Amino acid sequence: MEKILEKIYQAFIDNEGNIISLLQDIQDEFGYIPEPSVYWFSKRLDVPASRFFGITTFYAQFHLAPRGKNIITTCCGTACHVKGSERLITGLARELDLAEGEHTTDDREFTIEKVNCVGACSIAPVVIINNKIFGKMSSDSLTKEVKNLREGPREK
Amino acid sequence: MRDPVKSNLTIRVCMGTGGIAAGGVEVMAVFADRLAGRGIRADIRKHCSIHKVGCRGLCAKDVLVDVILNGDKTTYQFIKPDMVERIIEEHVVGGNPVLEWAVGEDYHQFHDKQVKVVLSDCGNINPEEIDSYISVGGYNALERVIKKMTPAETIALIKKSGLRGRGGAGFPTGVKWEICRSVEASRKYIICNADEGDPGAFMDRSVIEGNPHAVIEGMTVGASAIGADKGYVYIRAEYPLAVERLKNALKQARERSFLGKNILGSGFSFDIRIKLGAGAFVCGEETALIASIEGLRGMPRAKPPFPVHKGLWGQPTVINNVETLANIPYIIRNGAEWYASYGTEKSKGTKVFALTGKIRNSGLIEVPMGIPLREIIYDIGGGIENNRKIKAVQTGGPSGGCIPAELLDITVDFESLARVGSIVGSGGMVVLDETDCMVNIAKFFLQFTQSESCGKCVPCRIGTKRLLEILERVTEGKGRLGDIELLESLANDIKATSLCGLGQTAPNPVLSTIKYFRDEFEAHITKKKCPAGVCRDLLSFVVLKDFCKGCGACKRVCPAGAVTGERKQVHVIDPEVCVKCGACYDACKFKAIGKG
Repeated sequence: MEKILEKIYQAFIDNEGNIISLLQDIQDEFGYIPEPSVYWFSKRLDVPASRFFGITTFYAQFHLAPRGKNIITTCCGTACHVKGSERLITGLARELDLAEGEHTTDDREFTIEKVNCVGACSIAPVVIINNKIFGKMSSDSLTKEVKNLREGPREK
Repeated sequence: MRDPVKSNLTIRVCMGTGGIAAGGVEVMAVFADRLAGRGIRADIRKHCSIHKVGCRGLCAKDVLVDVILNGDKTTYQFIKPDMVERIIEEHVVGGNPVLEWAVGEDYHQFHDKQVKVVLSDCGNINPEEIDSYISVGGYNALERVIKKMTPAETIALIKKSGLRGRGGAGFPTGVKWEICRSVEASRKYIICNADEGDPGAFMDRSVIEGNPHAVIEGMTVGASAIGADKGYVYIRAEYPLAVERLKNALKQARERSFLGKNILGSGFSFDIRIKLGAGAFVCGEETALIASIEGLRGMPRAKPPFPVHKGLWGQPTVINNVETLANIPYIIRNGAEWYASYGTEKSKGTKVFALTGKIRNSGLIEVPMGIPLREIIYDIGGGIENNRKIKAVQTGGPSGGCIPAELLDITVDFESLARVGSIVGSGGMVVLDETDCMVNIAKFFLQFTQSESCGKCVPCRIGTKRLLEILERVTEGKGRLGDIELLESLANDIKATSLCGLGQTAPNPVLSTIKYFRDEFEAHITKKKCPAGVCRDLLSFVVLKDFCKGCGACKRVCPAGAVTGERKQVHVIDPEVCVKCGACYDACKFKAIGKG
């Protein structure tokens, strides 16, 4: 981890980055923001850790907990909302056996997330599975996709 | 039979976020593969994005493919990879278009009433090739501005065109530039606001995906007018394709000396950097956006001082929206009078809208300001899906309001939408039909603004929370008499006392739905009924005996075990056990589950 953080630090110096871009780089690398990395940078840059956490919790993009292998993001924009995104989410949570407030399955295979809008409203409702956008989603096809991911190897 | 090798053939595949989601990449690959296999050489262009002309705009019909054979264009809709072979065989080789797959009348109607300025090249040019933009006159405006015009002349021209900010507030762009120009400072900045956070809006994404160079050109013109040497594009990380195309375009522009040191030998230097937003709606507010670029929490501050006086790192800063900047090259090329000839007296030019929701032709449209809303919905949009009745049109996202069906004849411009309690906003236009519950819509937007409130000022942080709580209890059937009045009075207080635009406009969806749909609020509170059948807690689910085939689908999906019944017998839902999740309703193929 030390090595990776050092690499991120160098890029930060080279690109005149700021704390947000630094956190974005950390998350790109680890998939979330591991707490030790925050303390490492806090020491290295002589910036209070509270400032890092302040920014991490302010912006929706950052995650302080590890996420599942497969990320399923449901768009909750207005168009998706009126086309039934809420039903997709409750159906998905049921399929993955997630209680209310839970986002990651116990086996860390799946994490479900919401996004405000991906701007693909014409094909609402939209679901993003591992960075691939699926339009005009239905509960049935979503269940199928989840089954495929469970059984098959993860698409890269 | 003609020799296809000698024919002039261009194939355009729609490849925006919508096109790619529908399989654009695969379709193009098959085209390239099959044409190469037959020894036919074609100029295959990746046509970007849903908004692309020729289609585009109509991503509901993706993948759209243009086949232009010797100047004759045929546009195909809903193309899948396995359809490519026949198009090549019959159309490209045989010369006879496959008419049954071609777009129909509605496709042409969709385009007939539109006027394209910002989107005029989107869809005809390849967004990943600078030469494609240059071939339609791109960067002419920049050259003219930095070689032949003084900054004062440029500003005068933009002022004369009447262009107003397309991000929501509608402030005259030329005036903003003029103020910033007049401020003395060692350094100035120009920022392109591409933090398109409104749910239901995708104009900015589509413009950047379809024509990134127009944004760069507009920004560079702006920089030369105000005297900035550094610019930032603040763009959402949720738009990976737009970011990629913008990066590519910046690189190409630098190579051709449209950006960087000593642009086109004029002595003027300017460069642009991309800053990725990290997912906070409030960062669309300009002072919050500045804080975010500086690497801080994106919290707004009180204005004045306005950014044109004290902006990024304390220096004078102009912040323009993507669509505003993309208009600039076209205005300079065609003249202020030309631009001002579109639109109304106070709202000049055209506006791009994202027309979505329960509408047949959902997509990206550009219309002259002042067009009647009815024409957008019925002529361009083709009317309501599934022949349902229109209930309202929501404009301006979480800062806007709902325009009820009886006001469809109003014109769409800054002033007239404001008069009915909504706004043009950034251009989201979501059509709602009779199956949408207006209390639920108000709650939806409040959930959004409440969670996106940055928490700096009390009226917004606590006020939106209280508004949301009241709306929640109304939709749960726990509404009290007097709740409507409480909502109204709280909403007005929040509007009057919040620090920034987010809080000042957050109550708009509540106020406008109460104003036009008070009866729906009353039905929820006094009758404990949701007339549109949306609010789950006010619904009950029953099996309709006449339709039930006894297939057992509902029984299998019910998480509560509330459904009982033998195979091929009519099933029954036990209302005591039912958790009203609606799974049975979704699962039933025979429409045998009734809700109400």
